[in-house]
Amino acid sequence: MTKLFWFCVFAVCIVTNTIAQDCVYTFKGKITDFHDNTTIIDASVHIINLNKYATTNEKGVFEFTNLCSGKLIIEVKHVACEPKRITINLTKNLFKEILLEHHLEELNEVVVNSNIKTEVTSIEQSIKKNVIERFTDKSLGDALKTISGVSSLNTGNSIVKPMIHGLHSSRLLLISNNVRMFDQEWGDEHAPNIDINASDRIDVIKGANTLKFGSDAIGGMIFIKPKKYAIKDSLFGSSLLSFNSNGLGGNINSEIIKTYKSGFYGKLQMSYKQFGDFNAPNYNLTNSGLKSLNSSFRFGYNSFEEGFDAYYSYVNNEFAILQSSHIGNVNDLVEAINNKEPRVLDGFSYTINNPRQSIEHHLGKVEAYKRFKGFGKLTVQYDFQINRRKEFDLRRGELKNTPVIDLRLFTNSLQSDLQIDYTDNLKINTGILARYQQNDAVSGTGTRALIPDFDKYEFGFYTIANYNLNETTEINAGLRYDYSSIKARKWYNVSDWNTTYNYDTLFPEFETGTIDGTRILTNPEFSFHNISTSLGLVKKFENNLSLLFNYGLASRVPNPSELFSDGLHHSAARIETGLLTIDKEIANKFAVSLERNNDRFGFVISPYFKSINNFVQLIPTGITTTIRGAFPVWEYNQVNAQLFGIDIDVNKRISNHFNYKGSFSWLKGTNTTNDIPLIHMPATNFSNRISYINDDLNQLSINLTQKTILQQNRYPNYNFNTFNAIQQQNVFVDISSTPPTYSLFGLNTSVVFKAFNKGSIKLDFTIENLFNVSYREHLNRLRYFADEVGRNFNLKIKINY
Amino acid sequence: MKNINTIKTIKLLAILFISALTFTACTGDDHDDDDHDHGEELITTVTYTLTNGNDVVTLTFLDLDGEGGNAGTYTISGPLTAKTTYRGVIKLENATESPAEDITAEVKAEGDEHEFFYTSGVSSITIAKTDKDGNGNPLGIETTLSTAAAGSGTITVILKHEPTKPNDGSSSNAGGSTDVEVTFNVTVQ
Repeated sequence: MTKLFWFCVFAVCIVTNTIAQDCVYTFKGKITDFHDNTTIIDASVHIINLNKYATTNEKGVFEFTNLCSGKLIIEVKHVACEPKRITINLTKNLFKEILLEHHLEELNEVVVNSNIKTEVTSIEQSIKKNVIERFTDKSLGDALKTISGVSSLNTGNSIVKPMIHGLHSSRLLLISNNVRMFDQEWGDEHAPNIDINASDRIDVIKGANTLKFGSDAIGGMIFIKPKKYAIKDSLFGSSLLSFNSNGLGGNINSEIIKTYKSGFYGKLQMSYKQFGDFNAPNYNLTNSGLKSLNSSFRFGYNSFEEGFDAYYSYVNNEFAILQSSHIGNVNDLVEAINNKEPRVLDGFSYTINNPRQSIEHHLGKVEAYKRFKGFGKLTVQYDFQINRRKEFDLRRGELKNTPVIDLRLFTNSLQSDLQIDYTDNLKINTGILARYQQNDAVSGTGTRALIPDFDKYEFGFYTIANYNLNETTEINAGLRYDYSSIKARKWYNVSDWNTTYNYDTLFPEFETGTIDGTRILTNPEFSFHNISTSLGLVKKFENNLSLLFNYGLASRVPNPSELFSDGLHHSAARIETGLLTIDKEIANKFAVSLERNNDRFGFVISPYFKSINNFVQLIPTGITTTIRGAFPVWEYNQVNAQLFGIDIDVNKRISNHFNYKGSFSWLKGTNTTNDIPLIHMPATNFSNRISYINDDLNQLSINLTQKTILQQNRYPNYNFNTFNAIQQQNVFVDISSTPPTYSLFGLNTSVVFKAFNKGSIKLDFTIENLFNVSYREHLNRLRYFADEVGRNFNLKIKINY
Repeated sequence: MKNINTIKTIKLLAILFISALTFTACTGDDHDDDDHDHGEELITTVTYTLTNGNDVVTLTFLDLDGEGGNAGTYTISGPLTAKTTYRGVIKLENATESPAEDITAEVKAEGDEHEFFYTSGVSSITIAKTDKDGNGNPLGIETTLSTAAAGSGTITVILKHEPTKPNDGSSSNAGGSTDVEVTFNVTVQ
């Protein structure tokens, strides 16, 4: 009995003790999908510090009983889900809802940038990092030209302006790191200031689905993407060194990336590029070198539910402009056209003399996103850009070091995007944009400003819906509204204002009443309302075949150069004149694409048609007599235009090691108002490439490439005659005829060595213009003055660490 | 964590916004109202003065509003006399400034980068350059103009920037770019 008593006391004590430890709690929970609130069945729940397991039932519910109070480290796992770890402090019975994300494509966005398209229904092609690296010492435009249907408008060989389907400048949206670039729309020689080394992938969207970024993508969109990093603790980087025989220069690019398991990351990238005078096969291109310094810095935080990204980049470019292109009047131009050689031929030099361009571009952005469960993702972004452009010409006396053009453009944008994606089949993107832009024609140039001071305000909103009709069909439709207003301040010649352009009766409200000698001060003010739409459709068939259809209605507000340009562009010996009567451009675009995505045999056939009302073009309209003699005047005007073309790409695996790739582009642009061809349309071109790849032999790759540009036989004839006082007779000014067909060959080889523990070394050797062909390209503004660049040997060394 | 990130984001936005404003503020000072289009580097006036004792003939080209606007005007003070030698002096001015800026002085100072060329459609007129630049090459601010038989036609004056110096004397083989090209209608009687 006594024994029993003591046993009872002991037992009570234990029980009491146990009660004192509070091991009676229940922890219940429900696991649902973050995305669409559906329950997740068969998810495993593991309390790590107690080593207890549970599984969710058909209602997504799990339960642990008889838990003691204290800290619980719980890991939740489910097939196709990112495991989730949470810590809770148990003090009472608890019910907790745990959210998992099992949409793989959504996770891809966070974890690794996968290979999917920017827009599923869009007709687009991409340039991947390994191709970008091949162009490390070239420009963005050069890299883009590897894509069918993309060409470029050049000023010499270093100022390269991309062109999609014959359209360029403000008809292309250039989006770098989610920021729309503003720096290249105000003249043929204003190229985008983007260091391609800072990018990981470039998408070219030729189809219509670009409404998220603007209404004016009549040509298309270029989307430059940075890489997203895996969420883990890591430190890695790479350095790329390149050397070229032509121009005796090269590029060094270094980047270092630090990522943390917590989701934070940081990246620092810098590159420096320098070239001396380039060589055409038969002569030196005096004053054609360049210097370029770029750096970018980003840091951010990435998780599924929220994150931010801050980015800053600085680009400083110094471009020499071929000295021979600086001419005084139309007779100098005739002489340049007739003489096959440039008029200034000096020895090689690294010096960048006048004429030259000096450009600085700052870009800063901060973006933050948050996901809401069972709803979608909200992204808010602020960005600014400062673009300072100085163009120096050959001038006399004290003005030698004063630019003739000095513009500063400041752009400020605030935009939001809300992605509603909780249903599997329907995804909606909607957002707003507010933008303020200020142009300052910096004083002290001693010339008339080519582009005047102005302030521009923009406001827009859009909605795009993506709907999966069934397993094989997807539809995308979008609508966008934009309001923009521009207020400028500009001096006009009184005689131009009153007589030449009749503005005094057309726009009396712009006059301020201030007249200074022969000049009148005006305040032109314009506002525009734009509606744009897009429709995209993709239908997938068996054998990796898919058919895409795109329709787009795009409106483009005239840009300031089209409205206000007024001045001399020396390197082309032309006076460019904008017109206040220029109205917005409206385009209807249709594109179809039949694609077969297969390594063994794949192809893309995409015909397109664009009908553009009020198409703005810059064309020679006559001659004006100045103290320098006669000058051709180029005026902006508007016509109706039609563009019709086709891009074809083919890839074929010939054997295990041999691959073939070919592309072909044909385009016909017509000015339907005058029933003549459009000016500056790219010529028919095709390219072929045969590659040998052997992964077992240090990833050896040998590529032989060929590219042929046929002579452009469809061009408008704007030739004219002018009186030459020296010869005392009329001379013929042939500014329209196009240069003959040319073919270029190239050879590229590369190998990769496993150099040390984690790193590798890649050697890449390229010969461009293998046969040292002398040629001129009709889309080069300097084609009257000199041949294009000759043969170049290029060696690149890339070290990954 | 969530709060920290939100705060960080807000801070960052604020910093970026402020720096953007600072950028504009710093660079905004030359965004004044009236500082543009002034002090243009123009040659508005070309005067070729031909003197023989009391016989003075001036050939003037005047274009006050520069390129575009109103076309330039030519004024010839009178006919040249046959069988006469004149001393010729060229003068370039910017008359939009007051007093007019003498651009000839600049050209002279950079004589090695400039050269004037003269041609005439009147066969009896010959023009010779009488001055030299710092390297002893012809410059052409000062000339002698001789007339023979009577006739009429043009005299063209060209100023080349960075021509080949010396050259064969013709502007077409001098290269360079043209800074001035004016053509006067003259009569020799």
